[in-house]
Amino acid sequence: MLMAFKLALRNLIGAGLRTWLNVIVLSFAFVVIIWHKGILDGWDRQARTDMISWEAGGGQYWQQNYDPYDPFTISDSHAPVTGTLQNMVGHGTLTPILITQGTIYPSGRMLSVLIKGIDPAQKILAIPSAMLDTASGDIPAIIGTSMAASSKLKTGDHVTLRWRDRNGAFDATEIRIAGIFKTNVPTVDGSQIWLPLSKLQQMMLMPGEATILVCKQRNESFPAAAGWKVKDLDFLLADMNNIIKSKTAGGMVLWGILMMLALLAIFDTQVLAIFRRQKEIGMYVAMGMTRRQVVALFTTEGAMHAVLATLLGAVYGIPLLALQAIRGISFPVSGSDYGISMAERLYPHYGIRLIIMTILIVMIATTIVSYWPARKIARMKPTDALRGKIQ
Amino acid sequence: MKLLLAILCLSISSAYAQYPDGKEILKKIDQNLSSDNRIFTSKMIIHGRRTSRTIESKTWTAGEKKSFTEYLFPAREQGTKMLKLDDQLWIYSPSTDRTIQIAGHMLRQSVMGSDLSYEDLMEDNRLLNHYNAVVTGAENVAGRPCWVVKLTAFDPNMAYQGLKLWVDKERNIPLKEEMYAKSGTLLKRSELSNVENINGRWYPKKIVFKDMLKDGEGTEFIIGNIQFNAAIPEYVFSKANLKK
Repeated sequence: MLMAFKLALRNLIGAGLRTWLNVIVLSFAFVVIIWHKGILDGWDRQARTDMISWEAGGGQYWQQNYDPYDPFTISDSHAPVTGTLQNMVGHGTLTPILITQGTIYPSGRMLSVLIKGIDPAQKILAIPSAMLDTASGDIPAIIGTSMAASSKLKTGDHVTLRWRDRNGAFDATEIRIAGIFKTNVPTVDGSQIWLPLSKLQQMMLMPGEATILVCKQRNESFPAAAGWKVKDLDFLLADMNNIIKSKTAGGMVLWGILMMLALLAIFDTQVLAIFRRQKEIGMYVAMGMTRRQVVALFTTEGAMHAVLATLLGAVYGIPLLALQAIRGISFPVSGSDYGISMAERLYPHYGIRLIIMTILIVMIATTIVSYWPARKIARMKPTDALRGKIQ
Repeated sequence: MKLLLAILCLSISSAYAQYPDGKEILKKIDQNLSSDNRIFTSKMIIHGRRTSRTIESKTWTAGEKKSFTEYLFPAREQGTKMLKLDDQLWIYSPSTDRTIQIAGHMLRQSVMGSDLSYEDLMEDNRLLNHYNAVVTGAENVAGRPCWVVKLTAFDPNMAYQGLKLWVDKERNIPLKEEMYAKSGTLLKRSELSNVENINGRWYPKKIVFKDMLKDGEGTEFIIGNIQFNAAIPEYVFSKANLKK
């Protein structure tokens, strides 16, 4: 085996430019696959962390009528927080959020918004609700940067908010923008206004009521509560996971094209080598090598492309990818504009599993395409091969 | 001191005694404005920041709960139909050949850029059934003497918990209307004019709506032909009629 390895390496280096062209293309495929997957993994980790800390918490309880994708349900999605859930709120393991709809009138324009009431003292979500706990007489509100941009509101601005209470009666009041927060999670920002929970409950004539209850992060137990549905993290992050999955599937096309180019080149090289090196094959057999050993030699030669490509890829790929992992990649268009949780700067994550798996896949694929044409050697007659007769 | 208070109370009560009963006025307004059903054509002129747009439509209404509107002009809106049944609203768009139900946020959006929201279109109630009324004074509106009537909803489900009407003393028709939020914030104002006598009832043929929280010059609503208590077949108020 060692002899085959040594011979293969010598033959490869002897082939010169042809080998290096194959190795360069294969190393490029290597680096791009790891880079692309690293970006997706980095995005997945960042989106998951952000969504847990800004929106999902450790899971949620939804009032049984609540469906965020069905606006018909929102006016009926509220219920008093009682019993076990009330105790959990008291212990700080749950925070209630009341959700309703309304309209704001910034600069004489009309803008439909979701009004969300949150406890200013809550510590479960990253929403800076403490900014709502002001002693002044007016109603403080906080909004995200995306909402601030679309409504052209600034900290300290006053704006008229109109809503309908639980009976359907219109009411309106001035609210003060107490703060603007920056988040990568558009589902807590776009077209939303956050008010103190108790104030919103009073405005809506819904004392002690909530629409959803967010559990503390890393929560594992969800005691059942009548009238409330438990939504665990798998459910709450399902949309994000599906986006990542579809992006990964899309990325497979890119990998497929790159791999095909590289493997086709190796396959072609192998076919050419076996055709041109028939005398050499005949000589190996004449000198005592079995046909299987010769097949192994040619297969090793082909597979060595992947080894060289790994080394070459490491030479330029490690510094390049490490630089991106440290500095991140900024995208000209913000994902939050499209309702996707995505930071302005993505930091790719290259896990050891990703690197090992990529190397293994490329090695195996290269070995297969190297072995495929080498099988022909097993059917060669050594005497004809020695004479260089085409078989 | 007691004498002073007595004089004050007497003068206040005598001042209110000069005014007619608020409920009587509401009853007369309802007699003029409400009918079991009606069919009318209308023109809505929406004044935007730069230009104005005109939209023409034909509407069939039955009581407070059912209404069907078909847009006739401009060509872009032609064939768009709107059906209101109770507190639900559907819109049919001929360009997409689809019917969508308007709900939630969308109900608060303005109708084709006007000062009326879809929610406003869904409010059409007899005043007497939902409000208490007190006449608080007399003022002139558009040169006509009017009673100023303050309405307070006794029904907590009414969208506008407070209304203020300027009611023509002679014709018992409001010439101006203000709609208030529960907090007392003025939300909308409408001015009614071109009052005509149609089949023995006074009816305003022009209404200018203004959303007081929004910039703009408001929306004019001009009624063309109107028929009261005409026979309207039941199928008109069906979802199937939207696609016809």
